[in-house]
Amino acid sequence: MNSLRIATISTALIFFLGIAAAYYVAKLPRLVKGVLDVVLTLPLVLPPTVVGYFLLRLLGPKRTIGLWFLNVFGLRLTMVWYSAIFASAVVAFPLMYRTARGAFESFDITLAQAGRTLGRSNTWIFWRVMMPCCKQGIIAGTVLSFARALGEYGATAMIAGYTPGKTATISTTVYQLWRTGDDEGAMAWVLINLAISAAVLLCVNMLEKKDRRPRRRAAPVSGEVE
Amino acid sequence: MVLQVDIHKDFGKFRLDCSFEAESGQVTGLLGASGCGKSLTLKCIAGIEKPDRGRIVLDGKVLFDLEQHIDLPPQKRRVGYLFQNYALFPNMTVAQNIAAGVQDKAARKATVRRLISSFYLEGQEHKYPRQLSGGQQQRTALARILASGPEVLLLDEPFSALDSYLKWQVELELADILSAFSGPVLFVTHNRDEVQRLCQQVCVLDNGRSQAMMPVHELFEAPRTLSACLLSGCKNVSRAKARLDGRVEALDWGVILDPGQPLPEGLSHIGVRAHYIRPAEGPGPNILPCRVERVVENVFSTVVMLSTPGGNQGFSRLRIELEKARWAALAGREPLWLELPSNDILLLTGD
Repeated sequence: MNSLRIATISTALIFFLGIAAAYYVAKLPRLVKGVLDVVLTLPLVLPPTVVGYFLLRLLGPKRTIGLWFLNVFGLRLTMVWYSAIFASAVVAFPLMYRTARGAFESFDITLAQAGRTLGRSNTWIFWRVMMPCCKQGIIAGTVLSFARALGEYGATAMIAGYTPGKTATISTTVYQLWRTGDDEGAMAWVLINLAISAAVLLCVNMLEKKDRRPRRRAAPVSGEVE
Repeated sequence: MVLQVDIHKDFGKFRLDCSFEAESGQVTGLLGASGCGKSLTLKCIAGIEKPDRGRIVLDGKVLFDLEQHIDLPPQKRRVGYLFQNYALFPNMTVAQNIAAGVQDKAARKATVRRLISSFYLEGQEHKYPRQLSGGQQQRTALARILASGPEVLLLDEPFSALDSYLKWQVELELADILSAFSGPVLFVTHNRDEVQRLCQQVCVLDNGRSQAMMPVHELFEAPRTLSACLLSGCKNVSRAKARLDGRVEALDWGVILDPGQPLPEGLSHIGVRAHYIRPAEGPGPNILPCRVERVVENVFSTVVMLSTPGGNQGFSRLRIELEKARWAALAGREPLWLELPSNDILLLTGD
């Protein structure tokens, strides 16, 4: 299940990168914020093939980063199974970044200020107050990113190619099977993809419900007057 | 313990120039209209905002000094800040919120238990902030602040988030808590009644500029500036011009008054509180003829809006408040003669 592996790893990567980017960008002055925002969101609107092209230019074995990795670690960055991680991470990153930033911007800043006057470190405030308060946005961003990473095709096809059993993902497999006339094989993978996506969404819905239930149970104490 | 504040911050159109001292054992009010920089002052003291210039010293410890390049982070200032909306962490229960204020892990449980009982929060420990009443929220926030062992308390309009029927009770509770606190307390409000009931001294903040500190009774008996007079609730003010004979011409009222006291330098306005104005039988010193423009019935009293000889007809310049029966006896008189007793005339300067 190369696809799941790739989507999971890239989502994990994006989770931290996207949140970190959102956290720091939200604090920047307006002009810098505007520019960075455009740069960080571009992969969302660019055709995936363009992203793939850029990645090849950067990571290809004869290009700067790719060459360096080859020399230092003896690792190829393209046309291997983990190449698709770069592709799906870059393409799905804006989804995480934007939803997380939206959540951080609607976060009540006085809560952070209160935490600081109480003597709490910024790290504590971030993990114990800010993240729980922005949970909805973060979860939504993660799910969207995962779904996008799972479905990534264009950039993946360019940077990882299609080697059955090695670099193939569900989306590239479906395309290859359909192209070679194996309609049933393609259908099988389509159904698998549907099942995975549906399962992910279902999990998230259940998580959200579970998260809300205990609060609801304790709620009916309204109308309490001192 | 003394908190000395002298800070300046420039926002282009708005400038904050605020300096005062607040001592232990008393509640110092910062009184001003909204947008005058009260909350900003508190935020600078807490270290949330950074002044452009100035000095903040707490009991000899410098919290901020531009020249010495000292700017302690909020975490190290030991300043307790009660936010207008209380800023309770919505994802934590009452107990967890209070525990968030305790740094010492070993003492955490005991401290939380002690504060929950002394702030009457038993039975609420496991509730979330939004399940609490406004008063309980405020007690939780105060408990959380005291848990962090602050040396100063800053209260930012602590009653503005409360329903009026809760306010009275919460105010009494707060007064008890404040009297038990040993350090200086700064109390920000735009409400003169809160100042009267909770504070011992008061500093008026007018459009970013702080005025001289005064005892609370002085604010109500003898305010010296126009802004202090207005904030103390005086509704009757007139532009004024000093005359060479020591009397004052009230330009908006069209009358020359004898204030019976020496005129201050820079006199610009005079004021008279509505309940000191007395109806008179006819002309005389400090008496002017007025025309009734509007009568507003309150629950227990009648407010009468009057135009004066100096003003245009139809435009009310004076306002008096009378018991209903007294007004009934006066109604219909035209003109209505009113005396502004010389002892009760407030002589005011611009700032």
